[in-house]
Amino acid sequence: MNRNRRPVPASLPGPEDIFRVTLPNGITILARANDNSPSVVISGYLLAGSLFDPDEYLGLADFTAAALLRGTENYSMQRLYNALESVAASLAFNASVHTAGFHGRCLAEDLPLLLELLAEALRRPVFPDDQVEKLRARLLTDLAIRAQDTGEMASLTFDEIVYAGHPYRRPEDGYPETIQAIERQRLADFHRRHYGPRGMVIAVVGAVQPRRAAAQIEKVLGDWSNPEQPDPPPLPPLQPLKKTVERRVKIPGKSQSDLVIGAAGPSRLDPEFHAAALGNSILGQFGMMGRIGEVVREKSGLAYYAYSSLSAGVGPGSWEVSAGVNPRNVRKALDLVQAEIARFVKEGVSAEELADSQSNFIGRLPLSLESNAGVAGALINIERFGLGLDYYRRYADLIRAVTPEQVVEAVRKYLDPDRLAIAIAGP
Amino acid sequence: MSQPITRATLANGLLVLLKEIHTAPLTSFWIWYRVGSRDEPTGRTGISHWVEHMQFKGTPRFPPGVLDKAISRDGGFWNAMTFLDWTTYYETMPADKIDLALRLEADRMTNCTYEVQEVESERTVIISEREGNENEPLFRLGEAVQNAAFRVHPYHHEVIGDMADLHAIRRDDLYQHYRAYYAPNNAVIAVAGDFETGQMLDRLRELFEPIPPVEPPARLYRPEPPPQGEHRLTLEGPGETTYLQICYRAPAGNDPDFFPLTVLDSLLTGPTSLNMFGGGGISNKTSRLYQALVERDLAVSVSGGLFVTADPFLYTITITVHPQRKAEEALAAFDEQIKRIQDEPVPEEEVRRAIKQARALFAYGSENVTNQAYWLGQAEMFATYDWFLNYLKKLARVTPAGIQEIARRLLRPQNRVVGVYLPSGGAA
Repeated sequence: MNRNRRPVPASLPGPEDIFRVTLPNGITILARANDNSPSVVISGYLLAGSLFDPDEYLGLADFTAAALLRGTENYSMQRLYNALESVAASLAFNASVHTAGFHGRCLAEDLPLLLELLAEALRRPVFPDDQVEKLRARLLTDLAIRAQDTGEMASLTFDEIVYAGHPYRRPEDGYPETIQAIERQRLADFHRRHYGPRGMVIAVVGAVQPRRAAAQIEKVLGDWSNPEQPDPPPLPPLQPLKKTVERRVKIPGKSQSDLVIGAAGPSRLDPEFHAAALGNSILGQFGMMGRIGEVVREKSGLAYYAYSSLSAGVGPGSWEVSAGVNPRNVRKALDLVQAEIARFVKEGVSAEELADSQSNFIGRLPLSLESNAGVAGALINIERFGLGLDYYRRYADLIRAVTPEQVVEAVRKYLDPDRLAIAIAGP
Repeated sequence: MSQPITRATLANGLLVLLKEIHTAPLTSFWIWYRVGSRDEPTGRTGISHWVEHMQFKGTPRFPPGVLDKAISRDGGFWNAMTFLDWTTYYETMPADKIDLALRLEADRMTNCTYEVQEVESERTVIISEREGNENEPLFRLGEAVQNAAFRVHPYHHEVIGDMADLHAIRRDDLYQHYRAYYAPNNAVIAVAGDFETGQMLDRLRELFEPIPPVEPPARLYRPEPPPQGEHRLTLEGPGETTYLQICYRAPAGNDPDFFPLTVLDSLLTGPTSLNMFGGGGISNKTSRLYQALVERDLAVSVSGGLFVTADPFLYTITITVHPQRKAEEALAAFDEQIKRIQDEPVPEEEVRRAIKQARALFAYGSENVTNQAYWLGQAEMFATYDWFLNYLKKLARVTPAGIQEIARRLLRPQNRVVGVYLPSGGAA
């Protein structure tokens, strides 16, 4: 609307405004200044995910990450949270399959404090018995709630089908019996072995000069070392499904069933990732949730939500359609979704549909990079998947270069209407 | 926060608030209507929310499916929300594309068609939305508690409406509701982001001023009589987890009592962020109730909820009870803390800390134009935008004595509903 007076528009992150350095101990820092903001966001990860969990202690990486802030050598939990909350800073840890991640936010003036607490939690957690037990009660309650959540149970069951025989089949938050089995010492051991600077990445975005932020990080984490830190175990190949597999989880007393239908998807590192992502947009995102939304919600009125999603990390990803429907309509919805997937695979996409989704991907970039947290996420992506500091500058060209043929090829590579995983959770 | 606001009323009564923010090439456009679930008589519950859904079904100019695609194509996002007092629609777009939002909102203020088959297909979508909500124990408990808290005032039902009404409402009911309330003189436009005020105002006049005003129906106003004593209720359902909700009658958003209650809530359950979009909140592990309930193994989590509403609504504390404990044990420990805050003056330092927290959370919200535009309009639904501008100032004036007074006056058992969700067992 206003072409003439735009004071310093926020441009897309690129090589000249992303500061990147790797410390001698292996920590990679990425930083970008945003002077329009009063705050700073930090985000990062270490290679300490649930891939390392033995089956009988599944949830160990997640439990360990969640326990880091429950007390350290220099701070009781009370003192640590008092320091954070008194200045309205936040800091949280969680674990996924490959990594333990952290996210924090504070006013710019409190960044040194936030980094000091981050370093405390990463380097010197003590896992106090009483806090470990409180956390265990919390995790067990979360699992009891998960067992009642039709969406989560359908999704967990979907992973068990698609990733049979592969570590990705396991939920990183474990099961009640595995959480019960994890003793305090096991948390301390997991931390001692797997937490270290090698492979750690941290992004800092906001009202701080990048070099200054890097110096502050170096001050608290630069002398950290852990010679024990093992390499993550290699991922075994994923066995594709030989036929469609359907599994139901019964959760009595619920008024709605959740469905997840799909297959394994590309990794973020696969060359066809962008083509698959655009295909996914056409299938179940664009406009009111793409073709799936049109058929399941708009035309049939079967569901409040019906969409598809593509999740892609360093290993095999997943490509899934999700919907919540009345238990009576489960079969009808499944038939519609399967027919839509079959049509998608058979007929491919039109040039117009592709152009629409390309335009959406490019147009929404400024919105996804509006906040400090959005930029921090982008910097983490750049590093995690080796996209290059100029990735967001090249992004529009990368997206525009995808052809309808490439989309069809990607769709056919991953989605086979006769080899789908179908998970249903409901009454 | 410091940018000047332009406030203008068009000839047809449409109020416009504009706030230029040039930090990113984005603009967020919101239109608010003074109609919500509190405007629904028995038999029509859920109709405002259903009307909101129908507004996405197209007009002759923008047939169904055209707009969502147009907005997606431009890289924007749009949505709508229905609440107790209001219904709002918004689009956040790349700044040079925002004109589409202006045209579509001007168009759908009066030109939606409400085709019968669209109404019928949306009926099952909304029933499905309600069924999804009913899967959640906390939805069921919240609905029961809200029903018990309001016998007379139309805040008594959930925004989604009762299943009986979702089956009974017809096309003409929806269309009449739409035509009665969707009028320029019953609406507020709020725009924040990368635009030039003069140009934006001209364009809004051009698009919206030709729409004639309509006298909206008088608002249902049936004040809730004072409570006669504490209500307690128990709900049973699937699962293994016990939930406890304690709801006190709370002041309206523009009541001076709202501010001491906000600080009181912050001390009890941790600071609540005003940020609807982006910014997020912080943990509450040093709050009084976390310390008294979670640290003492009576609960695994506790949170507080205080909504800004046009009429007095509820202040709700939600407790997830520890798997080895009973709701009564958690309630007894909760009551001890309420008594403590009523009997012992709060240290000045604790109040200052709560205000510093509020200030930081407020600053986090300024990063996001969607959040800025949200407050620009939302504040007008129960007060004026000054409410938002003065929010921190008013919090800063709260004193320990003020907190103690409000705790004594509001947090009395006679002023509350206590609801317990009892799980039927681990069989599920």
